[in-house]
Amino acid sequence: MSKLDKSDVEKIAFLARLGVDEQDIPEYVTNLSNILDMVEQLDSVDAEGIKPMAHPLDAVQRLRVDEVTEVDDRENLQAHAPETADGLYLVPKVIE
Amino acid sequence: MMYNKTIAELSAGLKAGDFSSVELTQTYLERINTLDEQLNSFITVTPERALEQAKEADVQRAAGHAGLLNGIPLAQKDIFCTKGVKTSCGSKMLDPFISPYDATTIMKFNDSGAVMLGKTNMDEFAMGSSNETSWYGPVKNPWNLDAVPGGSSGGSAAAVAARLTPAATGTDTGGSIRQPASFCGITGLKPTYGRVSRYGMIAFASSLDQAGPMTRTAEDAALMLNVMAGLDKRDSTSVDEAVPDYTAHLNDGIEGLKIGLPKEFFSEGLDDAVAKVIESAIKEYEKMGAVIKEISLPTSKLAVPTYYIIAPSECSSNLSRMDGVRYGYRCDDPKDLNDLYIRSRGEGFGPETKRRILVGTYALSEGFYDAYYVKAQKTRRLISNDFHQAFDEVDVIMGPAAPSTAFNIGELTDDPITMYLSDIYTIAVNLAGLPGMSIPAGFAKNMPVGLQLIGQHFAESKLLNVAHQFQKQTDWHLKLPESFK
Repeated sequence: MSKLDKSDVEKIAFLARLGVDEQDIPEYVTNLSNILDMVEQLDSVDAEGIKPMAHPLDAVQRLRVDEVTEVDDRENLQAHAPETADGLYLVPKVIE
Repeated sequence: MMYNKTIAELSAGLKAGDFSSVELTQTYLERINTLDEQLNSFITVTPERALEQAKEADVQRAAGHAGLLNGIPLAQKDIFCTKGVKTSCGSKMLDPFISPYDATTIMKFNDSGAVMLGKTNMDEFAMGSSNETSWYGPVKNPWNLDAVPGGSSGGSAAAVAARLTPAATGTDTGGSIRQPASFCGITGLKPTYGRVSRYGMIAFASSLDQAGPMTRTAEDAALMLNVMAGLDKRDSTSVDEAVPDYTAHLNDGIEGLKIGLPKEFFSEGLDDAVAKVIESAIKEYEKMGAVIKEISLPTSKLAVPTYYIIAPSECSSNLSRMDGVRYGYRCDDPKDLNDLYIRSRGEGFGPETKRRILVGTYALSEGFYDAYYVKAQKTRRLISNDFHQAFDEVDVIMGPAAPSTAFNIGELTDDPITMYLSDIYTIAVNLAGLPGMSIPAGFAKNMPVGLQLIGQHFAESKLLNVAHQFQKQTDWHLKLPESFK
């Protein structure tokens, strides 16, 4: 687990579609590297054969009968969107 | 003084007709109006809605239909979606967001006849331990206005401590109810994972998040949990487990109670003055007939690194929904779709949220998933196993809720790792999904210290009983900060 550099942070930020100011990148490089250093403590654990724990009670997904239970609330929900038209969410043109 | 009463006392007063819910609600709204300027504990105050709800509560009571919390004013952490009210989660990203629906917890409080005074300040998306990551500015600690109230439920903790509300809700992913309860000298309960519905509670780390009450007393926490707990078909992780009356066992005796003290919670890193307060609280329990036993939770020393993989990973996934398309903040003049995502998220999120999204994105990225996330999930099971072994020998586990009292505003903002360590005693409890409480146990350097109680899964009644018995013997929970009298 090696520490990160500037290009790593830029790559991760793009994967997360997260704008990061150029001037803040050195600080993120340091912060993230320190966090990853701390996390290296986990290397000391022998977890061979241990089942990963996803739910503290090891519960499994509850299933329900496949029936419509929610009403169509499109108008109410879309009222909170930055831009809509004809019941659709608008974004900048994707295909020329 | 009406404002200095507990929920239990206020309910008795309402029932006896000593005052109406409208009068009570006006009292608290006035206190918020005159005193919150010093604290910044509320993001939104909802006076019209509160008075309407209070009026309705008085009508319902007169008609003989008083619900469990009829007429009781409460503050809700701004992480709970509240229909028609801004639900910001402490972020610029959701500053424009007026929720179109109610969280299950809000619906339950509404049905119980409770009155909502407003929405409390919090760390952005509940990521923080000092309430300094809020886009709406830091909250001040009512015991010392230079100090932080803790976080992420810092607004709720400060508001309850300053008597701006009789009680509030909080959420706890790694200590966000217990650490601020400790810093502000109030009672906070994080229930068992899955005990309270997460529906409509804006998600941070879904395998850890849990909502709970922040109150003056254990009795009040029991009254709140009676309303909050239960299975919710809308939250697939909520648990189908009967909900008892949490007040039923408050007065049980605790002679012979076996208390485990994990030696790892009393080692380096713990402030000496805090340790002294905790030790004298434990002595109080011995006087009441409890038996003390030293135990060990060997893997708990890895709780912080384990958490700082699991929580950021889940947050990076959960917060991907904040994309500037369906609700919330959108940047000006996006030139294409990527630009819209990148700038909306870049401008909408603050530095700590970005840090965690970046860590989580890295941990989940191709080639690293097994080394980080899966390894952390395995370590999580080892941490959980330690607790289960300990509970073969003891009934409850006790220790400090935090390694220090409240630090000063700005003291740790440049040092994220030290900030993360302020949750060192609370995080393991979330990883294991156990219920935990912090109750006022005394003062160190004039600042409150919280005693943490940890129980087995669904042992909330036991914890509340053990906490209530302590509060019958001590008066730390009755202390009120001088400038808010």
